[in-house]
Amino acid sequence: MTGSSNDRDVAVLGVGMHPWGKWGKHFVSYGVHAARAALRDSGVAWEDVDFIVGGETVRNGYGGYVAGATFAQALGWNGARVATSYAACATGAQALDAARARILAGLCEVALVVGADTTPKGFLAPNAGERWDDPDWLRFRLLGMTNPGYFALYARRRMDLYGATQEDFASVKVKNARHGLGNPNARYRKEVTVQDVMDSAVVSDPLHLLDICATSDGAAAVVLTSMDYAKRHGLTSPVRVRAVSTVTPTFPQTVIDMPLLSTDPATAVAPAELTFKQSIGAAAYEEAGIGPEDVSLAEVYDLSTALELDWMEDLALCQQGEAEHLLRAGDTTIGGRIPVNPSGGLACFGEAVPAQALAQVCEVTWQLRGQAQGRQVENARVGITANQGLFGHGSSVLLSR
Amino acid sequence: MSEAAARPAIEGWFTTGPEPALLASRCTTCGSVFFPRYEGFCRNPGCDGEEFDVTELSRRGTVWSYTDAQYQPPPPYVPASDPYVPFALAAVELPEGFVVLGQLASGYGVADVRVGTEVELVVETLHTDETGDRTIWRWKPVTELGEEADQ
Repeated sequence: MTGSSNDRDVAVLGVGMHPWGKWGKHFVSYGVHAARAALRDSGVAWEDVDFIVGGETVRNGYGGYVAGATFAQALGWNGARVATSYAACATGAQALDAARARILAGLCEVALVVGADTTPKGFLAPNAGERWDDPDWLRFRLLGMTNPGYFALYARRRMDLYGATQEDFASVKVKNARHGLGNPNARYRKEVTVQDVMDSAVVSDPLHLLDICATSDGAAAVVLTSMDYAKRHGLTSPVRVRAVSTVTPTFPQTVIDMPLLSTDPATAVAPAELTFKQSIGAAAYEEAGIGPEDVSLAEVYDLSTALELDWMEDLALCQQGEAEHLLRAGDTTIGGRIPVNPSGGLACFGEAVPAQALAQVCEVTWQLRGQAQGRQVENARVGITANQGLFGHGSSVLLSR
Repeated sequence: MSEAAARPAIEGWFTTGPEPALLASRCTTCGSVFFPRYEGFCRNPGCDGEEFDVTELSRRGTVWSYTDAQYQPPPPYVPASDPYVPFALAAVELPEGFVVLGQLASGYGVADVRVGTEVELVVETLHTDETGDRTIWRWKPVTELGEEADQ
């Protein structure tokens, strides 16, 4: 019943991006570029926006680099209410959820959500100084545990438990590189072969350099409105946000999670039926009243190639341990049964943390409108996004036509 | 560097000596065990405990997963040598029902373990600073009698 509507839907009137890359400019300019693109796409004037939410720029989990008001000022003060969100990789979704809640409460009609970042080169590292009470600092100091180190733990587990191979991981990169070839907002638009991945240096066994996403500059913005406003604007069937899941983990969280040194204990309380990542998608499906069998495409957080495979299972697009089978059968390629990362994913974009969850929403919107030129998933009706970041943050946004 | 100068890289997280062990906080109300040490309010959402005692964790566990660091991690990691020598890491599932990260013992790499391999906690030098050797817990694969000759 994906076409049905309920009183908790909000309309996506406009989406826009600043292309991902390494541009050497201030991130506020990327955000304004994306915001203006989204406003143009929506046909809504900035003066009509009555709520603006900024996704905070972060460095490895430490917030505080920009506020929503920074974008409001750069766009020209218009008197809109303002909010700022920080949720690591889920920042954009949390910002979107703030806008949705205010719209559904009747407190505003038109919201602009903006996320932008400029990211340093190489490994993301913690803030400077001696921080002996900070797990993110301690994991580097005591263990030398980098972000790719965590990705590699998950990847190796797939190999030992499910028989995944490094060539499987490389095939995810090959697929995503092909998906992103014609995407004007993608940073990397070049075919990659399995051999290219296998020939790149091993960073954290079993992951090669080309299995791991880069960090990028980029920005994404979404104009969200009430369904009434959309109708008055002449749009009878806009893309709708059906669910925004920003659930926190349930104690005890038993999967080791960046940047922690350990999991929660399962001594006093048995683990929940669903892992944290599984619960993120499950909450989105439940809220939307839409099941995984209805999903036409997924945009998932491929911080590493192997993580894309984890996400397919965590979003219940297939059974545990079956993601490689779908990959090998071409099911997750555009034209297959359930295309994953038709945008090219982080493999083609690189990560721009506070913009990334919004970029996923932009892509799903273009797909659902049939505007994803060169990478269109045929007859796309329902799209889901998923990501997870530091400190118990994760999100999933479910959209439909 | 003399034995006397060896000090843990972080105080109060593990014991040293012939049978070293990680030190955890155990909630005296619900029995939940937390590592790294944590005192204050119990993180079990159904427990209002605020008192903890210190308990030694099992010295043996099984590998949940493993990897290595083939490039030198950024600061605040302090390399043990120049040039940098890669090291391996394992997430280890303890009988207490949780997983603790650690480097693999010196001389062991990813080829020496699998998911499910039994490992034992050892204490080794992490790096050396102006005050002497700074030590850390590590996981060493348990070798059966007769396999020692391979090491």
